[in-house]
This record gives sequence, structure tokens and C-alpha cells, in this order.
Amino acid sequence: MRFLLDDEQREFARSLDAMLTAADAPAVARAWAAGDTAPGRALWSRLAEAGVFALAVPERHEGLGPLPLELAVAFSELGRHAVPGPVVETVAAAALLDRLGDDASAALLPQIASGKTVVTLCVPAAGSPYALDADAADAVLVVEGDTVRLAETAGPVQPSADPARRLARPLGGTVLARGPAVATAAAHAAEVAALATAAQSLGLGRALLDRTVEYVRQRTQFGVAIGSFQSVKHRLADTLIALEFARPLLHSAALALAEGADHRSAEVAAAKVTAGEAAYAAARTALQLHGAVGYTEELDLALWIRKARPLRDAWGTPAACRARVLAPAPAAQQPRTRAASRGAEA
Amino acid sequence: MDLDFSTAEDAFRAEARAWLTAHVPDTPLPSLETEEGFAAHRLWERTLSDDRWSVVSWPEEYGGRGASILRWLIFEEEYYAAGAPGRVSQNGISLLAPTLFEHGTDEQRARILPSMASGEVIWAQAWSEPESGSDLASLRSTAERTEGGWLLRGQKTWSSRAAFADRAFGLFRSDPDTPKPHQGLTYLMFPLDADGVTVRPIGRLDGKPAFAELFLDDVFVPDEDVIGAPGQGWRVAMSTAGNERGLTLRSPGRFTAAAERLTDLWRETADPSDTALRDRVADAVIGARAYRLFAYAGASRIAAGGSIGAESSLNKVFWSELDIALHETALDLLGPYGELSDGAADAPAHGGWAEGHTFSLAGPIYAGTNEIQRDIIAERLLGLPKGRR
Repeated sequence: MRFLLDDEQREFARSLDAMLTAADAPAVARAWAAGDTAPGRALWSRLAEAGVFALAVPERHEGLGPLPLELAVAFSELGRHAVPGPVVETVAAAALLDRLGDDASAALLPQIASGKTVVTLCVPAAGSPYALDADAADAVLVVEGDTVRLAETAGPVQPSADPARRLARPLGGTVLARGPAVATAAAHAAEVAALATAAQSLGLGRALLDRTVEYVRQRTQFGVAIGSFQSVKHRLADTLIALEFARPLLHSAALALAEGADHRSAEVAAAKVTAGEAAYAAARTALQLHGAVGYTEELDLALWIRKARPLRDAWGTPAACRARVLAPAPAAQQPRTRAASRGAEA
Repeated sequence: MDLDFSTAEDAFRAEARAWLTAHVPDTPLPSLETEEGFAAHRLWERTLSDDRWSVVSWPEEYGGRGASILRWLIFEEEYYAAGAPGRVSQNGISLLAPTLFEHGTDEQRARILPSMASGEVIWAQAWSEPESGSDLASLRSTAERTEGGWLLRGQKTWSSRAAFADRAFGLFRSDPDTPKPHQGLTYLMFPLDADGVTVRPIGRLDGKPAFAELFLDDVFVPDEDVIGAPGQGWRVAMSTAGNERGLTLRSPGRFTAAAERLTDLWRETADPSDTALRDRVADAVIGARAYRLFAYAGASRIAAGGSIGAESSLNKVFWSELDIALHETALDLLGPYGELSDGAADAPAHGGWAEGHTFSLAGPIYAGTNEIQRDIIAERLLGLPKGRR
């Protein structure tokens, strides 16, 4: 057992972090929220060059994957930098299209890997009738029962409490795939989406914590840094605890997904609810400890605070995830070890 | 990155499981916080030790198996999954032994460790004093130099297991004239039946004498029972304090086993439409899994040459809160039967949930309160400035 990221994975995270810092991702997110998607598309290409989308596309379709652990590493960084756009939906769409297994579906995969095509995906059975950023996507996929539809138009945009997220019910279009394979493929895609969202939440929580620590170290009241007060320290300590214990759940879920283990659904659900709740709690703490200025859109902090709640609920609400954690595991497959079987039961 | 066990580790797990299946008593032992239970648990330590299962991570020469941290985690998972008794030697094994391995002499290790491993000598800690709890360095009990050793005077309290234990270890002020309170302290060991020692058992919340006050009146301790250099006691004690807060005091196996029992209880008794209770059961299961995975990550880091320092404070807060939430959920599932304790004819699980709940309530207090742990996390892991406590 070596339950640690290897040097290559750490270096991948570091290089994405450096790239996104240099690209001023918060400015890109603000532009995206204001309806200017050009900087977002430019950043999308940079992410594709770094291999982010290829991680969800198999080699036979010009990708590098599927590599769920590397996806988790990458999406932590995307969350940390508040990268806008249907990033989760694009990698989930890749998982869906690959599983559908037909030529028409596979045709989009190289385009996803290269970053040429931005895809969004709507799976109402996985919780939400809305597609994220459909108006900015090149392809909009909707799963309905045993069909996958390539929507013709995005549909009217419905604003989200996070202005960087735009929701829509896509309209019309053509059937891309039909049959019993669709439900299985969609369930798999939803698991990939939940994993990537959990990773985003974890990175987002860490960004909120880091910025708040920085703030309370320099903000002075009553003649001292407010970070020296116990009530402030303890909230931040709890934030760190919640994030640190979410991380191993995320990594374990990625491993389970990579192996196709029978307990993967419970593992992904555990990671999703834990990371989502940790990030939302981090947002509450960041807001409270910044005080009034945290409640404005003037600080970039707002980009993370308002994203925390939607990410917590997207691709599996906490209640849905908790139910899945306790759902009996499929009995057909035998786990390799007793430890794995515990995971399955849990 | 992987979570796979080697063939040898699987074999180790199988060996532990087979031994536990053959030896764990069918009926739980009486509470170890009673005289009768303490004696029964001491005998159980002997049974464990006879087949080298009492201290698997120690070197073989002292009664262990030289097991890696990962193997120790595996053993603990099997131990608690088997429903094996609580460990009456816990304080010695998780606090004193690591200190002896790091700061003791060969003579001390050879003299003290084998009888700790066998349960022949049960150790209690003597840290807190009536006026020194979280602010431990303010302690006032003294060690005065005398020919061939030291004379201890003062009062210690909240000494877990001291009502029935054999020996104790703790910090004493050997130099009253130092500029800072954590200087001039010495780490000493002494017998609880020595001349000048008075042990007054204290009933814990449920009345069981789980800890005691110690009154020390010119208790002689020979030089051979000082650990590390005189005056260096704070450094000696703190270098292994993380052991208590971290993994070794409360291994993940305890919580994975308890979460499995909680899940069984929920499946047997709960109304499936009660999603509020279901969510709490799920959170306990998730928490136990997170703690286990966090421990695997820590073990991997140590195996790769890293170390764990202030991170152990993350553990302490996490497991102590998990333990309470888990037991509260169990009591809610049990409804009117939840309060039935050991000895009650109708008590579910022989009163284990009620006893476990009482025990869990102390978790955020002992081994450094969670308030102190959060200070440590904020200052050492997040870099926030020190301030008034």
C-alpha cells in the first residue's frame, strides 16, 4: 500500500496551479459571469494543452485516460482557482460517450480531449433538469430514459445565485444514442461528475481557507491581528480538519472508480458529500471572518463563496449521497480483501 | 497510489483474525473501570501477550512482532471487528512505551517493557494537577534531589486507571528557579504502592472509579526511574504527546467496527423513512472511513520517510467528535433501551452502547482538550499568531 500521490501527480497539480495563477483565473471567472466567454475559452484551450480533458478520454480516442485519480488532482486545482465553465460536465460527457460505445458517440471524444469542443451534459435522473452553461457550450447532451439527445438549442438561460453558472433546459435536437446501454453509461457519467465536483469542492474549500488565513493574519482590531483570537482560530481549525479528512475519501473514490470496484458508488458518494459540506462550511467561515467586506462582490473571495453551495448540491445532494453510502453493495462481485468489503458494506 | 495489501499483510490479517476468533471471550468482560473488570482485563492482556499479540508494533525482544504501522492498523481493525476487550494497558503502551523507545536507556527498556507487554504491570499517567490542566507546564508537584534519587511531593489528578494500576509516570518540577514554566521539569516513574503514595479513586460521570487523585508525600524515586535528563522532562514528554492524540490511542479499527455495528443496528431497528437518522448513520460510516483512510495516508507517509507532527491534533479532534456522534446516534436508535448499562438484564449489546457513550464524552477533554488541539492546529498548521488562550 502506498496511499499517497506520486511525484508525477504532485508535479501535475503544481504546474496547473502555476498556469492558473498566471492566467488570472478569477478575472476569467468574472468575465464569464458577465457574459464574456472569450477569456474562458482561451483558458479552456490552455487546460486542454495541459491534458486535463484528455484524462477523461481513452487512448483509442486520442485521450490519455480514463484516469480518475489524475482527474481528481486536476479538478482540485480548477476548484482552487474558480475556473468557470462546464468543466465537470465535459469530462462526464466524455465518460458517457465512451461507454455508449458507438461510432457516432465516439466522434466527439477527440474533440473533447483537444479542447476544441466544450460539452455540457444534463442527466435529470442524477438530480438536476438543468444543463450548466449550455449557452456557452458547443454540444449539449441530454439523457432522458434510454436515449441521449444532442440538443439543438441551449434553451432560455436561468440565472444562478452564482453568476458564473448559467442554467438551462436544452430544447429539441436529435437522438444520438438509444438503448439499454444508455442508463448504465449515464450512471457512470454521473459518478465521474460527482467525483470531479467533489474534487472541485475540495480545492475551493482550500482556496477559501488560505485566503481567510491570510486575511485574519493582517486584519487588526482591538490593536491585534484578529487571527490571534481563539474564536477565529477554532473556526479555521475546524475548516482545515473537515478538508483534510475529505481528501483521502476523494482519493479512495478515484481509485475505486479506476478499478470499477463494486463499492465505487458508495465511495464516490462519501467523497462528494464530505467535500461538498466541507467546502460550504469553509465558505461560511470565510464570509464570517471577513465580515462585511466578505459579503460584497468586490473581493475575489465572492467567486468561491457563491460557488460552494451549488457545488455541494450538484451531481448528488448531500441527502442523496448519504443514502447511497448506506445502500447495500451489489452482491455479484467479491472484493479483494476484507478491508475492501467493509468499504462495500459501508 | 493504491490501497492494496500485500500477500504477507493479508496473511498477517488472517493470522490475527484466526487467533482472535479462537480467543476473544464470547461474553464481554465486566467494565474495565471496575475492580473485577480491571482484573479480568489484566488477564486478557496476559492471554494476548502469550501469543505476542499485545504489542505487535514493538520489537520482538520486548514481546512484540516488529510490525509496521500498517500491520498495526490491520491488527487493530481485526481486534475491534472481533469485539475484543478494551485495552487496560493502553496508557503504558501508547504513552510511556514510545517515550522509553525514544528517550529511555536499554536498561529501562529491558526492565519495564516486557512486564508492560504481559499486563503484569499496568501503568497510569500522572500529568494533571488540581491547578494545572490545559496549562500543564504550570504544574507544582516537585521532585527534590536526594541521595541516589528524588523525593516527590504534591498532588496529581485525573489519573486514568490509577485506582487499580501498579505504577505511574509523570512530570515533576525539579528546579523551581527557571525563567519559563516548561523548564526545570523532570519525567519520573514511581510505584503506586510506594511509601508516601495515597490513591483516592474518583468516580467518573457514571460512578465507576475510572480515574484517581494521587497524593505524594516524600515518595522516593531512584535515579534509574528518571527518563531522559533531569530538567528536560517537558521535551521528553512532548516528543511523544502526539502518540496519544494521534493514532495509537484510538486506532481507526475501533471506529470502523463501531460504525459497522451501528449500521447493523440501524438496519435491524430503524424506520427506513426516518432520513434524519439515516443521515447520521451515514455520517458515522463516512467519518470512520475517512479516519481509516487518513491513517493509511499517514502510515504511507511514514513508510516513505516522512513524519507526523502537529497533524496528530487533527486526529484527536476528529476521532473524539466522531466517537460521540456515533454513540449518540446509537442511543437514538435504541430509544428507551439506550440508557440501559452493563449489568442491566435488558441492556442491548450488554450495555456496550451506553458505556461507550459515557466513555466517548471524555474524548474531547483528555489527551489535551480539543480547545488546545484547535489552538495547535491554528498556530502550527495554519500559521496564525499566538494569543491569549
